[in-house]
Amino acid sequence: MRTFENTVCSFCGSLCDDIVLEVEDNVITKARGGCAISRRKFLSAIDSEAPLVDGKEVKFDEAINAAVEILAKARHPLIYGLSSTSSEAQAAAVKLGETLGASVDSTSSVCHGPGTVAKQLVGLPTCTLGEVKNRADVVVFWGCNPVEAHPRHFSRYSVQAKGLLREQGRRDRKVIAVDVRRTATARIADIFLQVAPNEDFQVLTALRAVINGNELREETFGGISPEEIQDVCDVLQSAEYGVFFFGMGLTMTQGTHHNVRQALSLVRDLNRKTAFGVIPMRGHGNVAGTETVLAWQTGYPFGINFSRGYPRYSPGEFTVTDLLSRREVDAALIVASDPAATLPARSANYLGEIPTIVIDPYYSATAKLARVFLPSAPVGVAASGTVYRMDQVPLPLRKVIDSKYPSDHDILLAIDKGVTACSASKEALSMIL
Amino acid sequence: MLCIKGGSVYDPLNGKAGEVDDIYVSDGKIASPSPGARVLDARDLIVMPGGVDIHSHIAGPKVNVGRVLCPELNRRDPVALTGVTRSGVGSVVPSTFVTGYRYAEMGYTFVMEAAAPPLEARHVHEELADIPMVDKGALILMGNNHFVLSLIRDRDFERLKDYAAFLIKASGGYGIKVVNPGGGANWRTRGNVGGLDDETREYGVTPREIIDALIEVNEALGVPHAVHLHCNNLGQPTGGETTLETMAIAEGRRLHITHMQFSAYKPTKGRPFVSSAKELAEYVNANPNITMDVGQVVFGPAVTMTADAPLQHSLHTLTKERWVNKEIEMETQSGIVPLTYRKRSYAGAIQWIAGLELFLMIENPWQISLTTDHPNGGPFTAYPWVIRLLMDRGYREEVAETVNKRALGSSELPELTREYTLEEIAIITRAGPAKTLGLANKGHLGIGADADIAIYRPNSDFEAMFSQAAYVLKGGEIVVREGEVVSETFGKTYIPALPEQKDVTPWLSPMFSRLYSIAFENYGVEKEKYMPCEVV
Repeated sequence: MRTFENTVCSFCGSLCDDIVLEVEDNVITKARGGCAISRRKFLSAIDSEAPLVDGKEVKFDEAINAAVEILAKARHPLIYGLSSTSSEAQAAAVKLGETLGASVDSTSSVCHGPGTVAKQLVGLPTCTLGEVKNRADVVVFWGCNPVEAHPRHFSRYSVQAKGLLREQGRRDRKVIAVDVRRTATARIADIFLQVAPNEDFQVLTALRAVINGNELREETFGGISPEEIQDVCDVLQSAEYGVFFFGMGLTMTQGTHHNVRQALSLVRDLNRKTAFGVIPMRGHGNVAGTETVLAWQTGYPFGINFSRGYPRYSPGEFTVTDLLSRREVDAALIVASDPAATLPARSANYLGEIPTIVIDPYYSATAKLARVFLPSAPVGVAASGTVYRMDQVPLPLRKVIDSKYPSDHDILLAIDKGVTACSASKEALSMIL
Repeated sequence: MLCIKGGSVYDPLNGKAGEVDDIYVSDGKIASPSPGARVLDARDLIVMPGGVDIHSHIAGPKVNVGRVLCPELNRRDPVALTGVTRSGVGSVVPSTFVTGYRYAEMGYTFVMEAAAPPLEARHVHEELADIPMVDKGALILMGNNHFVLSLIRDRDFERLKDYAAFLIKASGGYGIKVVNPGGGANWRTRGNVGGLDDETREYGVTPREIIDALIEVNEALGVPHAVHLHCNNLGQPTGGETTLETMAIAEGRRLHITHMQFSAYKPTKGRPFVSSAKELAEYVNANPNITMDVGQVVFGPAVTMTADAPLQHSLHTLTKERWVNKEIEMETQSGIVPLTYRKRSYAGAIQWIAGLELFLMIENPWQISLTTDHPNGGPFTAYPWVIRLLMDRGYREEVAETVNKRALGSSELPELTREYTLEEIAIITRAGPAKTLGLANKGHLGIGADADIAIYRPNSDFEAMFSQAAYVLKGGEIVVREGEVVSETFGKTYIPALPEQKDVTPWLSPMFSRLYSIAFENYGVEKEKYMPCEVV
């Protein structure tokens, strides 16, 4: 038996790095320290289905060749997903996208992408999660529910966590929750604002108005009274160090990036009076990495197209929902994500109409629609690499067991090599003819 | 074996100032002459060592946020893939691949990333690994680190030395970077320090003590490069005075003042500030222990990014531009604000003038390196323009005529007649920075040096001449021809050989798990992240 300490769980954006794994005969037998989701992820990390082409089991090479053939033939392929794999694999996906002249998009475009667009408009005052643990005495959770989605966020970083200036943990902090319903997170909060669905923008605007010394003249703002707005402002302004977490309740409801723009502006305004940071509560383990890697390689965070040989950035044009619902792509390569389970039906269904390739450790809902399924070694279990936490802190993933399948990274490089060879031979052929 | 034949060789470290000579290359190094070598005809060409950039923000968390923040800049300069090179964007904060290509096209072969936070050093190395063509290294931020400040407060210099060495090693770094020491620590409660004797709130130590202690530690460890210091009060009218006092702290010990232009201001009646380049230059001229780089301002768009977070907040307050701020637990902070330098604005012109005054008033070129503090004063791709301003007085006067008149009137620039020679340019862009960084095999063409060579076609327009090298050799291979990358290569990461220090783990590890949000065991960057590396 081998024991691995301080292993990173790459399931969610919290990237807890204190998991203890016990491995016997290439099987993880125990996963200690993590949440229930993490435990399940580690204990069920076994090789899944065989490679499939048109539903038939094939050798791995044959599946790679089928993928190469589809992509080499496509006029406008889409590479999408990437949020549950390593930064190395993400870089390989960019390279393939460049070779193919493809559109490359990550799950960011359907989660926190609007937050990034808002950042491009106003900037972002932020901090790492250790600062939250050490300093934060006011913590806001807006449109996110870490109790259920990031189970150890509270204890490791944000609410009960004890740090340099917050030795008492929970008792040293005021917690504010804002949501459309009384979530598990809202239930532990000191102040809960139940905002009317799709009216977050009004509430944020009212908060900004008060912070900037204006008087409120309406009777209600998105279901919140002026008194409640005032009370929250008092708490926000009295913070020694405040931190504002926001989730998809803000980014994916009516107003999208306008909501986030208002939230970021609120935090910026608060910095005239006190120290305040804002952190997007990123979902998937390495979705923060997708934006990071795409940006350093291309200059842009998501929604990228390479058809002109150079990267172009256009959210709404080169983003997954739009490309699929407008039927603009003629092949898709889905890496480490499950769009069939998460995208709007019109977009998801189109994946079944075009040749779709899935690279994933698990046989996902999207895999069921796919022409080619390439099983990969689960990252952080049977493949190493780097992942980026929701606050952009990079952490190393370790390989603790062997998989009979290659990593996402190696599969993507193999496809890239195949496509390059294919287009070289096509070029040679066209010269002869 | 290759022979670069018949070029005019500018190799200041070996005393060559333009004499015609043959340079032999073998196994990636400069070699002794030997018959039968393949010939690269360099007749009528200028041969220099590859360029060395001592201070440039090219990789890591804040650089990358700068890229994301400004798609409007990136869109101006798309770069398509070729059969040889990858795609990306250029403009002000280029993507990683394009960063490497653009440096190489100008004949640069080594770049030092100026500011890496240890907690995110893994990210810095992931980006450095994606920067082709050049060798590289990273300076590690220490001036506002919790443990550094605590150890200085406790006067535990022995442990401070161990800890500094640990930080460099754990981060895969090259040297010690200090930014607004104490000011960053106070920024956690939205304060700053106003001078060298202001105390930090949570530690009670002063910037003077921090600078002094880190110089002491740096020299005791024998780090190849001096402490690389971004002074307190940078960007303020008080910056010049503070910088003079700061240099005095060194008392003969090595100290590198970075982007001095941004510290070269003084207050005056009736104007916001004027240049204090003259006083600073006089000090540098009298004190050979000081080296500096300029941080020349270039007119046009820039993206300011620095660990001096309070400075960035005041810049944002002034310009109302987008503001990014980030606090990195226990270690440092950063701020990012896009900024355009305008010729017609008083402030922009003073900054441009102050940089040129430093260039022209500092007498010993070995003490001064050419930088724009990329992308703070403007992109590194403007170096050839700066070279033209230095070498061509007529052109400089032409440009000076177009800048803010009040600013020009307040300065001595019009009286400065000095023109840099090619030899002096070779010093401030390669030989000097290599020497200051302690890179024995860079910046010269002596036998045994790395065969990183830039060959230029002479041109009276020095900007054109230095924008596109006729040939660039990296490790002895031709990688650029006529300003175009013809072969992609990836360089090495440079780390220093430090003396063995006491293991800090027993002392640090218990505090680390209480104060950091990651496990101590996941802190240090895996060595394979910065392979291949070169130990100097």
